[in-house]
Amino acid sequence: MGYTFQWGQATGYIPYLAGGALVALQLAFFGFAIGMVIGAACAAVKVYGPRAARRAVDGYISFFTNTPLLVQIFFLFYALPDAGIFLDSYEAVLAGISLNASAYLAEIQRAGFISVRRSELDAAETLGFSRLQTIRHVVLPHLLKTLYAPLANHYIVMVLGTSIAAIFGVEELTGRALNINSITFRSFEIFTIAAAMYVVLTVAASASLYWFGLYAFRVRAKVF
Amino acid sequence: MLATLSAEAPRFFTYWNLVFLATALGNTLVMVAVGCGLGVVAGLGLAVLRAKRIVRFAPLRWAAILIVEVFRRIPVLVLLMFVFFTFQLLGLNVRALFVGALAILLRSASLFAENFRAGLESVHPNQWDAAEVMNLGPLATLRRTVLPQAWPVILPPLTIGLVGMVKATSLASQISVLELTFAARQLNQRGFSALIAFGTILVLYFLLSFAIARLGAFAERRLVPKHRRA
Amino acid sequence: MFLSIDALSAGYGAAPVLEGVSFAVERGEIVSLIGPSGSGKSTVLRCLVGLVRPSAGRVAIDGVAVDYASRAAVRGVRDRLAIVFQQYNLFQNMTALDNVTVAPLTVKRWPRAEVMEEGRRLLAAVGLGDKLGAYPDQLSGGQQQRVAIARALALRPEILLLDEVTSALDPELVTEVLDTIRGLAARGMTMLVVSHEMAFVREVSSRVLFMDQGRVIEAGTPAEIFDAPRTERAREFVTKILRH
Repeated sequence: MGYTFQWGQATGYIPYLAGGALVALQLAFFGFAIGMVIGAACAAVKVYGPRAARRAVDGYISFFTNTPLLVQIFFLFYALPDAGIFLDSYEAVLAGISLNASAYLAEIQRAGFISVRRSELDAAETLGFSRLQTIRHVVLPHLLKTLYAPLANHYIVMVLGTSIAAIFGVEELTGRALNINSITFRSFEIFTIAAAMYVVLTVAASASLYWFGLYAFRVRAKVF
Repeated sequence: MLATLSAEAPRFFTYWNLVFLATALGNTLVMVAVGCGLGVVAGLGLAVLRAKRIVRFAPLRWAAILIVEVFRRIPVLVLLMFVFFTFQLLGLNVRALFVGALAILLRSASLFAENFRAGLESVHPNQWDAAEVMNLGPLATLRRTVLPQAWPVILPPLTIGLVGMVKATSLASQISVLELTFAARQLNQRGFSALIAFGTILVLYFLLSFAIARLGAFAERRLVPKHRRA
Repeated sequence: MFLSIDALSAGYGAAPVLEGVSFAVERGEIVSLIGPSGSGKSTVLRCLVGLVRPSAGRVAIDGVAVDYASRAAVRGVRDRLAIVFQQYNLFQNMTALDNVTVAPLTVKRWPRAEVMEEGRRLLAAVGLGDKLGAYPDQLSGGQQQRVAIARALALRPEILLLDEVTSALDPELVTEVLDTIRGLAARGMTMLVVSHEMAFVREVSSRVLFMDQGRVIEAGTPAEIFDAPRTERAREFVTKILRH
């Protein structure tokens, strides 16, 4: 076999890799935030918009959910310069992740919007709630309860998805692992540790989001 | 833009390029077919190992849970790298295509295991009870009544998962598998515009996605009896 | 004694489900268990058929004790006892005929022609001769329960256990199922019945046991239990029931 394991050396890199995990969380978070805004707009169009606009949004969502994220980012990275838009690696990755997320988050939010039943709104009206009050006391709590689990779930999917950024040189967890690999060539140990870190990261994120949902919104959400 | 595209098209869609794209498409399909084909079997196996009514030996159930949870939480790219370097470590000279298929297999098995589990759990326990008191063994019960009832719950997310795996094959481009994304990069590097190179690939992925949706519908027709279709 | 149950107990901790239940069933007898909800009547049946593990006690068939810890012994008991559930529990993906024939074919491995013939006969006997190809969701509750009874009978059990088989049915459908059971009684089937249908219990039973909170409070003939209950609790229960 001719390969001696050197876990000692590899474990020394854990702090560096942990930093990469933070970058991954951050990248996923920004992508999620931007995706939520665009997604909300898309969802609104799909529920309330005219037919042509709805079709357009359908096409948009279909495009981003049926093609690989990697190719979407390549497309942005290599095709946009031809149209005069120049993005650096991080920007292209963030744009790709955000647009990709917006499609999925649009569908999740749309499901949330249409789950608010007419009867709840009618009841609020007869009880004398104003439009704003209805939204604050009836619609938002309902949306929160319905949407928290799928949204939290998707966030974690996105955290795993950030590993793609490594291909474009972004130094998140996978990127850092590749960096170390090119220096030390302790490939097996490094990637085992990186894989383990993703597992730990997502378990921690799942647990945190579960408890947060429980205490902040009183939602029992099975997250990822 | 449309003008430059139509100008470029005849240069792009040459015989050689089409053969190149066909090869790439073929490799993508091999990874999906082999990886997911075996992944479905492995996923069902893992779901069965998790089922309390089939496996009484708790540690075996916990092992299955552990395997599924761990492999679900590793990004495909990392898994790919891990498999790649493991083979390197073992001194085995395997084709990158095989590495890609194996990574897809590992990922899809854990993904599908969750789908199968949800399906099996959706079948009411009293179906298991009725079979048990007639001495119908757990595997026969699974085969004859539980799995048939579970398909409507298993198939839709399974189909979506399959599309996800097709998209995951794009990462195999990073270990130089000649699949669709790799082909697009190559063509782009050879001077074709990103628009036509990646655009064509995007259309091909779209078509694959559509084909899988049809496959899902076909499976539904074959596995879910008419009177129980959604 | 055909089936004897001695000090059967089940459930653990502060609230055991069964405590020291004892009784016997002879061949051809129909023994009924009555009592309020939660008295453990269904649990007795579920213990006999191996769905619930007894914590103490002895169950014997023809004098031979059944070891519920042994899988082979449990399989043996299930060969001789058949149970019909309150919720029918028909296999949703199979037709009525398939439901009835699946176990004889795959478990008992009896010859196919014989099994199919018997299956058709049994379904006809319960009045469903024209519904052989129907799926459970195409049948009414009463029809499904009758298929469940045919399914249990297809295994040629020595004792039939009936667990509140009419409790989940709309009132109009109860009669057809009770008629089926009357037919079985007339043909000498040994049965252990858990039911809330007091008139029916009184009519068919050889003996009635009143249970409450996991114990057998009183046992006797239907006349004794319904007309002259000796214990306070039995008297309370019977008056409440008969007032309807």
